[in-house]
Amino acid sequence: MGFVAETLDSIRKTNVRQILLQAVSLGMIVTSALIIWKGLMCFTGSESPVVVVLSGSMEPGFKRGDILFLHMSKAPIRTGEIVVFHVDGREIPIVHRVIKVHERRNTGDVEVLTKGDNNAGDDRLLYAQGQMWLQRHHIMGRAVGFLPYVGWVTIIMTEKPYIKYILIGALGLLVITSKE
Amino acid sequence: MHSFVFRANAVLTFGITVLAALCILASLSDSFHSSLPDINLQVLNVDVLQRLSNGNDEAKLTLHISADLRSVFTWNTKQLFVFVAAEYETQKNQLNQVSLWDLIVERKEDAKIDLRRRNKYGFVDQGSNLRGREFNLTMYWNVMPLTGGIFTGSKVLTGFRLPSEYTR
Repeated sequence: MGFVAETLDSIRKTNVRQILLQAVSLGMIVTSALIIWKGLMCFTGSESPVVVVLSGSMEPGFKRGDILFLHMSKAPIRTGEIVVFHVDGREIPIVHRVIKVHERRNTGDVEVLTKGDNNAGDDRLLYAQGQMWLQRHHIMGRAVGFLPYVGWVTIIMTEKPYIKYILIGALGLLVITSKE
Repeated sequence: MHSFVFRANAVLTFGITVLAALCILASLSDSFHSSLPDINLQVLNVDVLQRLSNGNDEAKLTLHISADLRSVFTWNTKQLFVFVAAEYETQKNQLNQVSLWDLIVERKEDAKIDLRRRNKYGFVDQGSNLRGREFNLTMYWNVMPLTGGIFTGSKVLTGFRLPSEYTR
Protein backbone atom coordinates (compact mmCIF):
# COMPACT_ATOMS: atom_id res chain seq x y z
CA MET A 1 0.00 0.00 0.00
CA GLY A 2 3.05 2.18 0.31
CA PHE A 3 2.98 3.06 -3.36
CA VAL A 4 -0.68 4.17 -3.29
CA ALA A 5 -0.18 6.28 -0.13
CA GLU A 6 2.92 7.88 -1.63
CA THR A 7 1.04 8.66 -4.85
CA LEU A 8 -1.88 10.27 -3.01
CA ASP A 9 0.59 12.19 -0.89
CA SER A 10 2.39 13.57 -3.92
CA ILE A 11 -0.94 14.63 -5.48
CA ARG A 12 -1.84 16.49 -2.26
CA LYS A 13 1.51 18.20 -2.15
CA THR A 14 1.55 19.52 -5.72
CA ASN A 15 1.11 23.23 -5.98
CA VAL A 16 -0.16 25.41 -8.83
CA ARG A 17 3.32 26.10 -10.20
CA GLN A 18 4.04 22.37 -10.51
CA ILE A 19 0.73 21.65 -12.21
CA LEU A 20 1.39 24.43 -14.71
CA LEU A 21 4.87 23.03 -15.41
CA GLN A 22 3.43 19.59 -16.02
CA ALA A 23 0.73 20.98 -18.32
CA VAL A 24 3.41 22.75 -20.35
CA SER A 25 5.59 19.64 -20.63
CA LEU A 26 2.57 17.57 -21.67
CA GLY A 27 1.78 20.21 -24.28
CA MET A 28 5.36 20.00 -25.53
CA ILE A 29 5.08 16.25 -26.02
CA VAL A 30 1.82 16.52 -27.95
CA THR A 31 2.97 19.39 -30.15
CA SER A 32 6.34 17.83 -30.96
CA ALA A 33 4.54 14.66 -32.07
CA LEU A 34 2.34 16.81 -34.28
CA ILE A 35 5.37 18.65 -35.67
CA ILE A 36 7.09 15.38 -36.57
CA TRP A 37 3.97 14.07 -38.33
CA LYS A 38 3.31 17.29 -40.26
CA GLY A 39 7.02 17.60 -41.09
CA LEU A 40 7.01 14.07 -42.51
CA MET A 41 3.93 14.95 -44.57
CA CYS A 42 5.77 17.94 -45.99
CA PHE A 43 8.99 16.02 -46.59
CA THR A 44 7.45 12.95 -48.28
CA GLY A 45 4.70 14.80 -50.15
CA SER A 46 2.21 12.17 -49.06
CA GLU A 47 -0.89 12.89 -47.01
CA SER A 48 -0.15 9.84 -44.85
CA PRO A 49 3.63 9.24 -44.75
CA VAL A 50 3.36 6.05 -42.71
CA VAL A 51 0.77 3.30 -43.14
CA VAL A 52 0.14 0.07 -41.28
CA VAL A 53 -0.48 -3.08 -43.33
CA LEU A 54 -3.89 -4.45 -42.31
CA SER A 55 -4.36 -7.47 -44.56
CA GLY A 56 -2.35 -10.42 -45.78
CA SER A 57 -2.81 -9.65 -49.46
CA MET A 58 0.87 -8.78 -49.95
CA GLU A 59 2.29 -11.78 -48.05
CA PRO A 60 4.97 -12.97 -47.69
CA GLY A 61 6.47 -9.54 -48.42
CA PHE A 62 4.29 -7.53 -46.06
CA LYS A 63 2.42 -9.09 -43.18
CA ARG A 64 -0.36 -7.65 -41.04
CA GLY A 65 1.17 -5.23 -38.53
CA ASP A 66 4.15 -4.19 -40.65
CA ILE A 67 4.78 -0.51 -41.32
CA LEU A 68 5.41 1.10 -44.71
CA PHE A 69 6.97 4.49 -45.34
CA LEU A 70 5.44 6.29 -48.28
CA HIS A 71 6.81 8.84 -50.68
CA MET A 72 4.84 10.76 -53.28
CA SER A 73 7.15 12.33 -55.84
CA LYS A 74 6.29 13.74 -59.25
CA ALA A 75 8.04 10.77 -60.87
CA PRO A 76 5.68 8.77 -63.08
CA ILE A 77 4.14 5.56 -61.81
CA ARG A 78 5.62 2.36 -63.23
CA THR A 79 4.90 -1.36 -63.01
CA GLY A 80 6.28 -3.18 -59.99
CA GLU A 81 5.89 -0.22 -57.64
CA ILE A 82 3.92 -0.83 -54.47
CA VAL A 83 1.36 1.94 -54.18
CA VAL A 84 -1.19 2.95 -51.59
CA PHE A 85 -4.49 3.95 -53.14
CA HIS A 86 -8.02 4.65 -52.10
CA VAL A 87 -11.11 3.57 -53.99
CA ASP A 88 -14.30 5.66 -54.10
CA GLY A 89 -16.74 4.31 -51.55
CA ARG A 90 -14.09 2.55 -49.47
CA GLU A 91 -12.71 4.17 -46.37
CA ILE A 92 -9.52 2.16 -45.80
CA PRO A 93 -6.67 2.62 -48.29
CA ILE A 94 -5.18 -0.46 -49.97
CA VAL A 95 -1.48 -1.33 -50.44
CA HIS A 96 -0.93 -3.32 -53.65
CA ARG A 97 1.49 -3.63 -56.56
CA VAL A 98 1.09 -2.00 -59.97
CA ILE A 99 0.97 -4.62 -62.75
CA LYS A 100 -0.15 -2.53 -65.75
CA VAL A 101 0.48 1.07 -66.77
CA HIS A 102 -0.90 2.96 -69.75
CA GLU A 103 0.40 6.49 -70.09
CA ARG A 104 -1.34 8.85 -72.55
CA ARG A 105 0.58 10.75 -75.16
CA ASN A 106 0.59 14.58 -74.73
CA THR A 107 -1.29 14.77 -71.42
CA GLY A 108 0.78 12.12 -69.60
CA ASP A 109 -2.31 10.90 -67.73
CA VAL A 110 -1.87 7.39 -66.44
CA GLU A 111 -4.21 4.45 -66.05
CA VAL A 112 -2.88 1.70 -63.83
CA LEU A 113 -4.05 -1.71 -62.67
CA THR A 114 -2.98 -3.18 -59.33
CA LYS A 115 -2.85 -6.61 -57.73
CA GLY A 116 -1.94 -8.00 -54.32
CA ASP A 117 1.05 -10.36 -54.51
CA ASN A 118 -0.84 -12.97 -52.50
CA ASN A 119 -4.15 -12.62 -54.40
CA ALA A 120 -5.06 -14.83 -57.34
CA GLY A 121 -6.69 -12.12 -59.44
CA ASP A 122 -6.18 -8.42 -60.09
CA ASP A 123 -7.92 -5.65 -58.16
CA ARG A 124 -10.80 -4.85 -60.53
CA LEU A 125 -13.14 -6.61 -58.07
CA LEU A 126 -12.00 -4.22 -55.32
CA TYR A 127 -12.44 -1.07 -57.39
CA ALA A 128 -15.72 0.82 -57.56
CA GLN A 129 -18.36 -0.83 -59.71
CA GLY A 130 -17.47 -0.57 -63.40
CA GLN A 131 -14.07 0.99 -62.67
CA MET A 132 -11.36 -0.57 -64.82
CA TRP A 133 -8.32 1.56 -63.95
CA LEU A 134 -6.87 3.71 -61.20
CA GLN A 135 -5.93 7.28 -62.04
CA ARG A 136 -3.21 9.40 -60.54
CA HIS A 137 -5.58 11.05 -58.04
CA HIS A 138 -6.47 7.69 -56.47
CA ILE A 139 -2.85 7.09 -55.50
CA MET A 140 -1.66 8.42 -52.14
CA GLY A 141 1.97 7.36 -52.31
CA ARG A 142 4.41 4.61 -53.13
CA ALA A 143 6.13 2.42 -50.57
CA VAL A 144 9.86 3.15 -50.22
CA GLY A 145 10.67 1.68 -46.80
CA PHE A 146 9.59 -1.14 -44.58
CA LEU A 147 9.66 -1.87 -40.85
CA PRO A 148 8.27 -5.13 -39.45
CA TYR A 149 5.86 -5.60 -36.51
CA VAL A 150 5.77 -1.99 -35.22
CA GLY A 151 2.26 -1.44 -36.60
CA TRP A 152 0.80 -3.95 -34.15
CA VAL A 153 0.73 -1.16 -31.56
CA THR A 154 -1.84 0.78 -33.56
CA ILE A 155 -3.78 -2.32 -34.63
CA ILE A 156 -4.21 -3.40 -31.00
CA MET A 157 -5.18 0.10 -29.93
CA THR A 158 -7.84 0.46 -32.65
CA GLU A 159 -9.30 -2.98 -32.14
CA LYS A 160 -9.22 -2.99 -28.33
CA PRO A 161 -9.91 0.61 -27.31
CA TYR A 162 -9.89 -0.15 -23.57
CA ILE A 163 -6.14 -0.91 -23.77
CA LYS A 164 -5.68 2.58 -25.21
CA TYR A 165 -7.59 4.16 -22.31
CA ILE A 166 -5.65 2.15 -19.72
CA LEU A 167 -2.38 3.24 -21.34
CA ILE A 168 -3.37 6.90 -21.53
CA GLY A 169 -4.62 6.78 -17.93
CA ALA A 170 -1.37 5.21 -16.68
CA LEU A 171 0.75 7.73 -18.55
CA GLY A 172 -1.35 10.61 -17.23
CA LEU A 173 -0.95 9.33 -13.66
CA LEU A 174 2.80 9.05 -14.18
CA VAL A 175 3.02 12.63 -15.42
CA ILE A 176 0.96 13.90 -12.47
CA THR A 177 2.92 12.00 -9.82
CA SER A 178 6.44 12.45 -11.19
CA LYS A 179 8.39 15.16 -9.40
CA GLU A 180 10.75 16.19 -12.18
CA MET B 1 14.84 9.05 -9.22
CA HIS B 2 15.62 5.38 -8.99
CA SER B 3 12.15 3.92 -8.89
CA PHE B 4 11.22 0.79 -10.82
CA VAL B 5 9.20 2.76 -13.37
CA PHE B 6 12.08 5.09 -14.19
CA ARG B 7 14.49 2.19 -14.66
CA ALA B 8 12.03 0.28 -16.84
CA ASN B 9 11.55 3.41 -18.93
CA ALA B 10 15.31 3.89 -19.35
CA VAL B 11 15.82 0.26 -20.42
CA LEU B 12 12.91 0.42 -22.88
CA THR B 13 14.09 3.69 -24.43
CA PHE B 14 17.64 2.40 -24.78
CA GLY B 15 16.43 -0.88 -26.30
CA ILE B 16 14.26 0.88 -28.88
CA THR B 17 17.09 3.28 -29.80
CA VAL B 18 19.54 0.40 -30.35
CA LEU B 19 16.97 -1.51 -32.46
CA ALA B 20 16.28 1.57 -34.59
CA ALA B 21 19.99 2.18 -35.14
CA LEU B 22 20.52 -1.48 -36.13
CA CYS B 23 17.62 -1.31 -38.60
CA ILE B 24 19.08 1.80 -40.22
CA LEU B 25 22.56 0.24 -40.42
CA ALA B 26 21.16 -2.99 -41.91
CA SER B 27 19.31 -0.99 -44.54
CA LEU B 28 22.40 1.13 -45.32
CA SER B 29 24.53 -2.00 -45.73
CA ASP B 30 22.38 -2.92 -48.75
CA SER B 31 23.61 0.07 -50.71
CA PHE B 32 27.20 -1.23 -50.62
CA HIS B 33 26.14 -4.48 -52.25
CA SER B 34 26.75 -4.89 -55.97
CA SER B 35 25.17 -7.68 -57.96
CA LEU B 36 25.72 -9.26 -61.35
CA PRO B 37 22.43 -10.80 -62.44
CA ASP B 38 22.40 -12.82 -65.62
CA ILE B 39 19.17 -12.52 -67.61
CA ASN B 40 17.85 -13.90 -70.85
CA LEU B 41 14.29 -13.66 -72.17
CA GLN B 42 12.93 -15.21 -75.36
CA VAL B 43 9.53 -15.37 -77.02
CA LEU B 44 9.29 -19.01 -78.05
CA ASN B 45 5.95 -18.65 -79.78
CA VAL B 46 3.07 -16.24 -80.30
CA ASP B 47 0.23 -18.67 -79.63
CA VAL B 48 -2.66 -16.27 -80.17
CA LEU B 49 -3.10 -12.75 -81.51
CA GLN B 50 -6.74 -11.77 -81.62
CA ARG B 51 -9.19 -8.91 -81.30
CA LEU B 52 -11.43 -9.28 -78.27
CA SER B 53 -15.16 -8.53 -78.48
CA ASN B 54 -14.57 -5.17 -76.74
CA GLY B 55 -12.27 -4.09 -79.59
CA ASN B 56 -8.97 -4.51 -77.73
CA ASP B 57 -6.17 -6.67 -79.06
CA GLU B 58 -4.87 -9.57 -77.01
CA ALA B 59 -1.70 -11.62 -77.46
CA LYS B 60 -0.79 -14.91 -75.82
CA LEU B 61 2.90 -15.72 -75.77
CA THR B 62 5.04 -18.59 -74.64
CA LEU B 63 8.13 -17.22 -72.96
CA HIS B 64 11.45 -18.72 -72.08
CA ILE B 65 12.56 -17.00 -68.90
CA SER B 66 16.06 -17.66 -67.69
CA ALA B 67 17.76 -15.64 -64.99
CA ASP B 68 20.31 -16.02 -62.27
CA LEU B 69 19.51 -13.53 -59.52
CA ARG B 70 21.39 -15.25 -56.70
CA SER B 71 23.89 -12.41 -56.46
CA VAL B 72 21.08 -9.94 -55.66
CA PHE B 73 20.41 -11.54 -52.27
CA THR B 74 21.98 -9.96 -49.17
CA TRP B 75 21.60 -10.71 -45.47
CA ASN B 76 18.83 -8.09 -45.33
CA THR B 77 16.78 -9.52 -48.22
CA LYS B 78 13.45 -11.09 -47.34
CA GLN B 79 12.36 -11.86 -50.87
CA LEU B 80 12.64 -10.88 -54.50
CA PHE B 81 9.55 -10.10 -56.50
CA VAL B 82 10.61 -10.94 -60.04
CA PHE B 83 8.44 -10.01 -62.99
CA VAL B 84 8.58 -9.62 -66.76
CA ALA B 85 6.75 -6.76 -68.43
CA ALA B 86 6.10 -6.06 -72.10
CA GLU B 87 6.68 -2.39 -72.90
CA TYR B 88 5.60 -0.70 -76.12
CA GLU B 89 4.48 2.57 -77.62
CA THR B 90 1.27 3.26 -79.53
CA GLN B 91 -0.41 6.22 -81.23
CA LYS B 92 -2.62 6.62 -78.16
CA ASN B 93 -0.15 5.93 -75.36
CA GLN B 94 3.46 7.03 -75.06
CA LEU B 95 4.08 4.07 -72.76
CA ASN B 96 2.28 0.81 -72.17
CA GLN B 97 3.64 -1.53 -69.52
CA VAL B 98 1.93 -4.88 -69.20
CA SER B 99 3.14 -7.34 -66.62
CA LEU B 100 3.14 -10.81 -68.18
CA TRP B 101 4.53 -13.09 -65.51
CA ASP B 102 5.81 -12.86 -61.94
CA LEU B 103 7.43 -14.96 -59.24
CA ILE B 104 8.22 -14.54 -55.55
CA VAL B 105 11.68 -15.86 -54.63
CA GLU B 106 12.20 -16.30 -50.90
CA ARG B 107 15.48 -18.22 -50.88
CA LYS B 108 18.79 -17.53 -52.55
CA GLU B 109 18.97 -21.11 -53.87
CA ASP B 110 15.70 -20.59 -55.76
CA ALA B 111 16.92 -17.45 -57.52
CA LYS B 112 18.21 -19.39 -60.52
CA ILE B 113 15.21 -19.45 -62.82
CA ASP B 114 14.77 -21.43 -66.01
CA LEU B 115 11.13 -21.67 -67.07
CA ARG B 116 8.94 -21.94 -70.15
CA ARG B 117 5.62 -20.27 -69.47
CA ARG B 118 2.52 -18.85 -71.15
CA ASN B 119 1.92 -15.28 -69.96
CA LYS B 120 0.11 -15.29 -66.61
CA TYR B 121 -1.63 -11.91 -67.00
CA GLY B 122 -3.47 -10.85 -70.15
CA PHE B 123 -1.34 -9.05 -72.73
CA VAL B 124 -4.21 -6.74 -73.69
CA ASP B 125 -3.82 -3.38 -75.41
CA GLN B 126 -6.02 -0.32 -74.92
CA GLY B 127 -7.23 -0.48 -78.53
CA SER B 128 -6.26 -2.62 -81.50
CA ASN B 129 -2.61 -1.76 -81.96
CA LEU B 130 -0.82 -5.05 -81.41
CA ARG B 131 -0.50 -6.30 -85.01
CA GLY B 132 3.12 -5.91 -86.13
CA ARG B 133 3.88 -4.08 -82.91
CA GLU B 134 7.48 -3.89 -81.71
CA PHE B 135 7.95 -4.33 -77.98
CA ASN B 136 10.59 -4.69 -75.30
CA LEU B 137 10.64 -7.30 -72.60
CA THR B 138 11.98 -6.05 -69.28
CA MET B 139 12.76 -8.17 -66.30
CA TYR B 140 12.39 -6.33 -63.00
CA TRP B 141 13.45 -7.58 -59.58
CA ASN B 142 11.92 -5.77 -56.64
CA VAL B 143 14.09 -6.35 -53.56
CA MET B 144 11.96 -6.48 -50.42
CA PRO B 145 14.08 -6.18 -47.27
CA LEU B 146 13.80 -7.59 -43.77
CA THR B 147 13.91 -3.97 -42.73
CA GLY B 148 14.60 -0.65 -44.47
CA GLY B 149 14.51 0.54 -48.06
CA ILE B 150 12.74 -1.19 -50.95
CA PHE B 151 14.44 -0.95 -54.33
CA THR B 152 14.17 -2.31 -57.85
CA GLY B 153 16.62 -3.44 -60.52
CA SER B 154 15.82 -4.14 -64.15
CA LYS B 155 17.16 -5.30 -67.47
CA VAL B 156 15.62 -4.38 -70.82
CA LEU B 157 15.74 -6.72 -73.82
CA THR B 158 14.73 -5.11 -77.09
CA GLY B 159 13.70 -6.14 -80.58
CA PHE B 160 10.61 -8.30 -80.15
CA ARG B 161 7.77 -8.05 -82.65
CA LEU B 162 4.25 -9.41 -82.82
CA PRO B 163 2.99 -10.94 -86.10
CA SER B 164 1.33 -8.58 -88.58
CA GLU B 165 -1.87 -10.65 -88.90
CA TYR B 166 -4.32 -12.00 -86.36
CA THR B 167 -3.92 -15.73 -85.75
CA ARG B 168 -7.68 -16.28 -85.56
